[in-house]
Amino acid sequence: MAYLTDRKRAHGLGASHSGTRQHWRMSMSSVALAILIPLFVFTFGAVLGGTYEEVVIYYQRPIPAAIAVLTFIVGFWHFRAGAQIMIEDYSRGFTRKALIVGVTCLSYALAAIGVLALIRLAL
Amino acid sequence: MADVNRGNRPLSPHISIYRWHIPMLTSILTRITGNALIVTALLVVWWFAAAAAGPESFAVADGFLRSWFGDLVMFFSVLGLWYHTLAGIRHLIWDEVKMLEIDKAELLGQIILIVSVLLTIFTVVVL
Repeated sequence: MAYLTDRKRAHGLGASHSGTRQHWRMSMSSVALAILIPLFVFTFGAVLGGTYEEVVIYYQRPIPAAIAVLTFIVGFWHFRAGAQIMIEDYSRGFTRKALIVGVTCLSYALAAIGVLALIRLAL
Repeated sequence: MADVNRGNRPLSPHISIYRWHIPMLTSILTRITGNALIVTALLVVWWFAAAAAGPESFAVADGFLRSWFGDLVMFFSVLGLWYHTLAGIRHLIWDEVKMLEIDKAELLGQIILIVSVLLTIFTVVVL
């Protein structure tokens, strides 16, 4: 340890010891969502208002189903990370931990329900 | 001596007395829309889960989404979704160290506010 320079010991350590990865993953998921969200709005929007049979037939097609699955996976990951940033800004201590756990559970649960529902519709 | 300039000192830019400007407004709106979209997400996932469960449960979820209240929620969802999408693209532009000058950042803020409204009108008309 004594052989390391001050610069080397500080390298890669921001105030939170991490964070660039978080920023990078947020940017990458937003690139994906910039493509997925318009596709999802106009596929989901097109079938919303249809009958039950029309909806089932529509989501048996691979492309609308794939758009919805990807939107759920990337969207809920992006939501979880973004909501965590907000929680970290506005709360502290046990409240912060509880809210982060809660938002993580909610995001992954909704992603899982959405994806499994689409698999069931598609098969 | 300590109070020679009382009442005429520069004030710190505290939120309650600070004039709202475009970058400030568009920044907080990004956070508000992004987090509020959980309501939309809950409704959409409920709709898909109900469709997977069968016609009876689908009728309940679909009926709610297409009621006047559901329509209202979906209208603001579309507005929030387009706004947040455009704000995200703006952050990607900023990540490239472009449009960061004050006048250009203000212009970009005005653009995303206006375009999100136009996209919402377009979406409502088309769908």
